[in-house]
Amino acid sequence: MIFGLNHTLLTVAFGSASLGAVAGALGCFAVLRRQSLLGDAVSHAALPGIALAFILTQSKEPLTLFLGALIAGCLGAIVVMNVVATTRVKSDSALGIVLSVFFGAGLVLLTFSQRQPGASQAGLDRFLFGQAATLLNRDLWFMAIAGAVVLTTLVVFWKEFKLLAFDPVYASSLGFPVRALEVLLTALIVAAIVLGLQTVGVVLMSALVVAPAAAARQWTNRLSTMVVLGAVAGAVAGVLGALTSSTFERVPAGPAIVLFAAVITIFSFLFAPGRGLVWQTINMRSRHKSLRADALLVNMLDMEEQHAHDNPEHAHSTRALKAAASVTGAFDVRGSLENLNRRGLVTKLPDDRWKLSTTGTEHASELTRGENIGGTPTS
Amino acid sequence: MTSMQLEIMLIAAVSAVACALPGVFLVLRRMALMSDAISHVVLLGIIVAFFFTGDLSSPWLLVGATATGVLTVFLVEMVTATRLVKEDAAIGLVFPALFSIAVILVSRYAGNVHIDTDAVLMGELAFAPFDRVVVGGYDIGSRSLVKMVIILALNASLLLVFYKELKIATFDPLLAVSLGFPVAALHYGLMTLVSVTAVGAFDAVGSVLVVGLMVGPAATAYLLTDRLSRMIMWSAGIGVVAAVGGYWLAYLMDASIAGCITTMLGIIFGAAHIGAPDRGIIAMARRRARQRVEFAQRMLVIHLFNHEDSPEAATENRVDHLGEHLRWRAGHIERIVDSARRRKLIQEQNGSLTLTDEGRTVAKESLQFS
Repeated sequence: MIFGLNHTLLTVAFGSASLGAVAGALGCFAVLRRQSLLGDAVSHAALPGIALAFILTQSKEPLTLFLGALIAGCLGAIVVMNVVATTRVKSDSALGIVLSVFFGAGLVLLTFSQRQPGASQAGLDRFLFGQAATLLNRDLWFMAIAGAVVLTTLVVFWKEFKLLAFDPVYASSLGFPVRALEVLLTALIVAAIVLGLQTVGVVLMSALVVAPAAAARQWTNRLSTMVVLGAVAGAVAGVLGALTSSTFERVPAGPAIVLFAAVITIFSFLFAPGRGLVWQTINMRSRHKSLRADALLVNMLDMEEQHAHDNPEHAHSTRALKAAASVTGAFDVRGSLENLNRRGLVTKLPDDRWKLSTTGTEHASELTRGENIGGTPTS
Repeated sequence: MTSMQLEIMLIAAVSAVACALPGVFLVLRRMALMSDAISHVVLLGIIVAFFFTGDLSSPWLLVGATATGVLTVFLVEMVTATRLVKEDAAIGLVFPALFSIAVILVSRYAGNVHIDTDAVLMGELAFAPFDRVVVGGYDIGSRSLVKMVIILALNASLLLVFYKELKIATFDPLLAVSLGFPVAALHYGLMTLVSVTAVGAFDAVGSVLVVGLMVGPAATAYLLTDRLSRMIMWSAGIGVVAAVGGYWLAYLMDASIAGCITTMLGIIFGAAHIGAPDRGIIAMARRRARQRVEFAQRMLVIHLFNHEDSPEAATENRVDHLGEHLRWRAGHIERIVDSARRRKLIQEQNGSLTLTDEGRTVAKESLQFS
């Protein structure tokens, strides 16, 4: 047993990785289509399907429960879409109603299933918060196969789904059966959610659809890259969460997986190149700096031109430049002067006085003509 | 009916009205799912406050829970403000993360305390009457009932005081800003009320029922009326009906009370969706059918009017010509000609059609653009 990875732990890790990957990949479409919260409603809506499938068949075979959950989840999604399309009730309210009503009906059915003779319904309870440790070999096989089916369908209809995600109107003008494709895509998202219910639980599964996709979005502008990254992020969160849950006592799998997904998302929000908040701040800083330098340059040009008739070689002290800059609200004049000096746009004279260089004068007059603001000299 | 049954129904009904009041504004402001987020996250506030006080009945738990609810709203807005994700995704990111922390804290460190994560979702309405509030040796009711009555009074009075402000801020936020109303304060005030209500209701009825009671009655009422005041009345009424009906449904089926109440909410919403006077599916289908006939009648009188008194009138203005000219099916032609004749817009003689005075007026009216 290398690193304590026994068979059970491997089963758990593989199962959670596959469910995370499927949810992460399909979640990209949910997030891009602004259906992030559909997952919340769908995962709650699956509960009556699970309970009913159990009551009707008396079996806890993964396929039976999966089909029950899938049908109920799709039904919930269809009700949401139908209510939004035919009434003035908005999608948030429709989602709220489906979520609570389906879940409530599921609770009622669960109380029935508890009363079934000889029904060890304890297995159904785990659908609320998920239990990674109860994953069996048959669950694993089922998750792997169902996940593969979902992902294969995604690849087969890639072009159509891509179009649907970004420009449904264009898709319909090209003659694609948009309505049918929407139903298919939603069904795939529902399937991805339902696959994870047993491990992550009804309440938190929606997060595993949103978080990896939201994280992936920050790193790329390409859909294919985003889907792959989402799948990887979901798989990583799944494995780490499930292993944590199996290793430490009394840590439910669902919350652990969700927290790892949240950490990945926060990291992406902060550090993703270009979009991340840290990068945004750095970019903003350097842009401010260059704008301040430009403003100072223009100020200096103005001031030197005022002296053009009596003393063309007139230089200004830092104090005078500060006073002039304070009118326009600029600050860090000394820093800007050093910056300009490094770029060869101003020359430092004795007694803390500054003067535009030839390139500096050129650049400043370019700026006053409204060209190339915030950029470097063109020469 | 025992006094315990009565008390359970009272708790459910009072909770329903208390939830319906802020729920109306959540639905109108398209923030219905904030109730979902807040009702889950209050668990975190309760558990953290419990760690500090060590007392499950401490009022600090309510304060902590309410604060977490408002914190959730704030975090969602902060994430949305980064513009890295849309608002729906922000809600979907923030509340599961906070709820996860709460669930892990509960199951790891509070396993021996009476906080049950299942109960958080489903509530324990059936046991609510056992927890009594006794003041000066006098039993004034169950804890849940007293709590919900206070919250209902709070909601109702604040709503009454700020009715005008909330109304304008909800329907025309820009106008509210330009009138100088503190829109942000109203928003957070409303969210605080939602949090207080969710906190109070969730240990009695469970977080899922809180969502149902906030969104269900309000969305149903939204289908029934266009007036805010009536919408509030309808919501409260629907909430009470669902609470009482759900209780008896649970009694008959011996099933979860919270589950049965949300099921009732679903049934009532479905009924309104199908049968609402103006916006129901039936009413809309009938209106559409009527409009189809009316439109066809206008087409018919315009056609007759165009060819009236012209040489080709004898061939154009005939029943058997309409199929070719207007591309109508035979059954449709018959129905429209009949209905137009009943409205005395046209007259028929041996298959040729002539306009009545009224029919001519309708045709002229329809051809005028202004």
